Amino acid sequence: MVDKEELEKIKRKKEEWEVNQRQKLLTKFPERKKDFKTSSGIEIKEIYTPYDISDIDYLEKIGFPGEYPYTRGVQPTMYRGKFWTMRQYAGFGTAEESNKRFKYLLSQGQTGLSVAFDLPTQIGYDSDHPMAEGEVGKVGVAIDSLYDMEILFDGIPLDKVSTSMTINAPAAILLAMYIAVAEKQGVTPDKLNGTIQNDILKEYVARGTYIFPTGPSMRLITNIFEYCSKYVPKWNTISISGYHIREAGATAVQEVAFTLANGIAYVEAAIKAGLDVDEFAPRLSFFFNAHNDLFEEVAKFRAARRMWAKIMKERFNAKDPRSMMMRFHTQTAGSTLTAQQPDNNIVRVTIQALAAVLGGTQSLHTNSRDEALALPTEDSARIALRTQQIIAYESGACETPDPLAGSYYVEKLTDEIEKRAFEYIKKIDELGGAARAIDLGYIQKEIQESAYRYQKEIESGERVIVGLNKFQIEEEPPKGLLKVDPAVEELQKQKIAKVKEMRNNASVKKTLEALKKAAEGDDNLMPWILDAVREYATLGEITDVLRSVFGEYQQQIIL
Amino acid sequence: MDRPIRVLVAKPGLDGHDRGAKVIARALRDAGMEVIYTGLRQTPEQIAEAAIQEDVDVVALSILSGAHNTLFPKITKLLKERGADDILVIGGGIIPEEDMPFLKENGIAEIFTPGTPTSAVIEYIKQHVNRAV
Amino acid sequence: MENLEELLIKGDKRAIARTITYAENYEDKAKEIIKKLYERSGNAYIVGITGPPGVGKSTLTDKLIKNLVDVGKKIGVIAVDPTSPFTGGSILGDRIRMQDLSQHPNVYIRSMGTRGHLGGLSKGTYMAARILDIAGMDYIFIETVGVGQSEIDIVKIADTVVMVLAPGLGDDVQAIKAGIMEIGDIFVVNKCDKEGADKTVVELNMMLDLDEKKDWRPPVVKVAAQENKGIDELIDKIDGHKSYLIESGTFQERRIERLKMEIIESIKNRLMKDIFDKIQEKEFSSMLQQVIDKKIDPYTFADELYKDAFN
Ligand code: B12
Ligand SMILES: Nc1nc2c(ncn2[C@@H]2O[C@H](COP(=O)(O)OP(=O)(O)OP(=O)(O)O)[C@@H](O)[C@H]2O)c(=O)[nH]1
Ligand SMILES: [Mg+2]
Repeated sequence: MVDKEELEKIKRKKEEWEVNQRQKLLTKFPERKKDFKTSSGIEIKEIYTPYDISDIDYLEKIGFPGEYPYTRGVQPTMYRGKFWTMRQYAGFGTAEESNKRFKYLLSQGQTGLSVAFDLPTQIGYDSDHPMAEGEVGKVGVAIDSLYDMEILFDGIPLDKVSTSMTINAPAAILLAMYIAVAEKQGVTPDKLNGTIQNDILKEYVARGTYIFPTGPSMRLITNIFEYCSKYVPKWNTISISGYHIREAGATAVQEVAFTLANGIAYVEAAIKAGLDVDEFAPRLSFFFNAHNDLFEEVAKFRAARRMWAKIMKERFNAKDPRSMMMRFHTQTAGSTLTAQQPDNNIVRVTIQALAAVLGGTQSLHTNSRDEALALPTEDSARIALRTQQIIAYESGACETPDPLAGSYYVEKLTDEIEKRAFEYIKKIDELGGAARAIDLGYIQKEIQESAYRYQKEIESGERVIVGLNKFQIEEEPPKGLLKVDPAVEELQKQKIAKVKEMRNNASVKKTLEALKKAAEGDDNLMPWILDAVREYATLGEITDVLRSVFGEYQQQIIL
Repeated sequence: MDRPIRVLVAKPGLDGHDRGAKVIARALRDAGMEVIYTGLRQTPEQIAEAAIQEDVDVVALSILSGAHNTLFPKITKLLKERGADDILVIGGGIIPEEDMPFLKENGIAEIFTPGTPTSAVIEYIKQHVNRAV
Repeated sequence: MENLEELLIKGDKRAIARTITYAENYEDKAKEIIKKLYERSGNAYIVGITGPPGVGKSTLTDKLIKNLVDVGKKIGVIAVDPTSPFTGGSILGDRIRMQDLSQHPNVYIRSMGTRGHLGGLSKGTYMAARILDIAGMDYIFIETVGVGQSEIDIVKIADTVVMVLAPGLGDDVQAIKAGIMEIGDIFVVNKCDKEGADKTVVELNMMLDLDEKKDWRPPVVKVAAQENKGIDELIDKIDGHKSYLIESGTFQERRIERLKMEIIESIKNRLMKDIFDKIQEKEFSSMLQQVIDKKIDPYTFADELYKDAFN
């Protein structure tokens, strides 16, 4: 980025500095450690200069915000226009309780809703299923039928909020319920804003709430793409998630690589199903993690944007710029937070949130200090939200787009992450794509290796975690943790019984039979699911119909 | 008699958090133990059955989703009913301090929470297996 | 456990489990039990399931179990995985694929580590099979990982060896052919839901046709274990091979071979145990140090140990 002559001068000057300054000092005061590396194992040099980024063409690789390759962000003004959406993931217990919590969060200045569902809901079991025992309402809200969904969004105008739902295998069913609730509020589907996670591939490798085998799961996903492109055009039909991959133990490079490889698989599936790339690609969104290694993280976000733009343009011949823009949600890294000295977590979250903002995220969840202890209390959740607000309003980090651009270090790291992630993608392509690589256990194995290495580094003291393996103190057991009332399970069971009594069971049966037929053929399943949902067929009933046709996924375990 | 300790590492219920369980499984393997990992979504019945058929010395349960009070005691009860209460049952994950007495009363010998070094788990197992090794 | 023998005869799972533990650890109790109950054995049909890693052996075994319990058979499974030579530990991962059926009253599944035993079987496999036989199993499936000639002990223990392959192994079929062709009595090409299965079948058939000497031409069966396809046919072929063995007299031959192996194994194990039981860890280390320091040579060391053990 500087002219040749100047570069030569810098190079010479650096060599002199190395000899006259650094080496001299080193003989007296050696460095803290032998190797300096990022959390992904990228070597960090003693100093970065223009020389390190001399092969990076500014216009081609960095450019301007809102323009290809979007390294500097997807909107021209970024946070000078408006801040990211502050979206705290929440929900537990019954729909009634969660509804209250949502209203509270909205009143505190939160700008979007994010729904956590309990595990039975995420795995397609009604609250009265034997497998659901002990899990109902524990880690999210329990939704058994449209009735619960109506309560969950009672008094919340669905044309005014944007709602993100962490739902994957049964995403089609929950989306159908959302559409049906909106209908009852008099809101047409084209007014709905929000996101469903709907990313099954990462469930297989990192998150664990899968139901159906790969083929039928991919079909449901493309069905949603197609349906929404016609009727729910503002909806983000998928949130291709690296977050969970990282939390399962992956490095930053692996996070980007495996997420984009999954993204490629979805695009290929949709194209194969006959969709035009520019019809669905603008609605694809992403979800990343924000870890502690500040500069590596910022570089990661920038690299991911540049890579996706390139993939969409060159690999899939997308024409619409919106197809090339990677928009993403970020959550801070729960797995970096400790049960020991939990207040330290507030500081970690601050660094991580700053990384996400410097990386140009579109929305953000900040974790609470009690992350490693229980679901957050209201107090903890408020501090977490305030952390974002302080960054937004007080830090000055948001006043110009991509403020770290041009940092020799950050640009070099961005490049290096891109290079390494593309190598992984190449390897995955050679194996036959992400779905196949998952089938072979390749991606799982890579993640586990990293997770195990991370654990060993902590245990050997090579990786310092303040308060955990250094600077420990004697502590009292934490008090005042959130506890979910176990009565939820009984309440939900009663509600299901009531719903089953009040609905028209003959119509339910008819819609479920129709859905089964459709599943056996190759119709888009969304309209059939909507029909069943409107008749108050339960989530479990609908999933069971699909299970009977599709079968169930068998997890590939490589240890 | 020198023989490897046999451990069943199990994930009861619907919880999908397996990073910790897999880390534990590998650490125990590297410490010379024979480890049988069940995979996700196991019922208490499946876990008890596997423990008995595999004649393990230790059942190591991992739950982070909060269902431990329901699921852990079921497993120890099933083992007891079948006369297999000589198996050492330990647990780990997100388990609030206040639940520990209840779990210990119900046959869980020890609970390991976030931040536990795997070496502590290995040490504990070596010292507490009930059957001669 | 009280009444271990009685419970074992009844097929009690805990009794089976404990007896196999004795066997795997060479505790004399296992031998005592077998000595008493030997007469009762000999009725189980032993099927070896072998093949390269990840081809679907456990999934296939799971489906075989399912189809056989449905017609009232009792099944025992021994799944062998390698023990790490460095740590002595192992991850025994086959059970995951068979978890659903393991609760069936007529099914018993046991995972074993090789524990330094070479040849693909674990130390106690012969005894474990004998124990399952005594416990009244109709079929015993023994799953081992096998990719080459070093892991062919399965042939010595099984009545029928099913060699499992999968498409996509591609050139590997060529590479491992030397190791596998003589091992399999039946070849399975699993994962036939995937592309390339037919090609693998053709290749296998071609290779099998080259060997004209044999009077049993191993059949090649197309299976998609995950979808429960081709399992009935495989069971037919196993039965077919059994009939062939009996009619040709090979059945008896094989079983005599197995008995010989079982006896030799037992002697070997006993010898090793006798020797190593008598050696004190400390003594061994200090002698070893002498070898390291070149004060004595390894062979003298070994001779000394051997002599000591038998004095
Ligand atoms: C990583 C993580 C995830 C990853 C999981 C990846 C994976 N494949 O494992 C992802 C992002 C997918 C995830 C998802 C969810 N998560 Co989560 N997750 C975490 C997190 C941040 C760290 C857990 C972790 O892996 N740590 C690293 C490993 C090595 O440590 P560990 O598991 O604690 O294990 C150690 C010890 O506990 C112990 N140990 C553990 N098990 C055992 C067993 C034995 C026998 C022994 C001896 C020892 C032992 O030894 C290990 C080594 O030290 C925790 C919070 C936290 N910081 O602990 C939340 C947390 C567990 N998650 C939580 C929730 C709610 C969820 C979701 C259910 C949210 C939702 N509603 O959708 C989802 C769904 C997941 C599912 N399918 O079940 C909650 C649970 C709340 C509760 N119990 O009340 C937590 C506590 C966060 C919070 N405060 O809200 N999560
Ligand atoms: N597509 C397809 N996959 C299968 C089939 N059978 C098994 N698999 C998958 O192949 C993978 C390996 O299956 P396993 O049964 O564990 O294979 P294995 O040969 O026992 O593996 P090891 O014991 O580790 O050597 C799993 O992901 C199975 O789900 C099949 O018929 N079709
Ligand atoms: Mg196997």
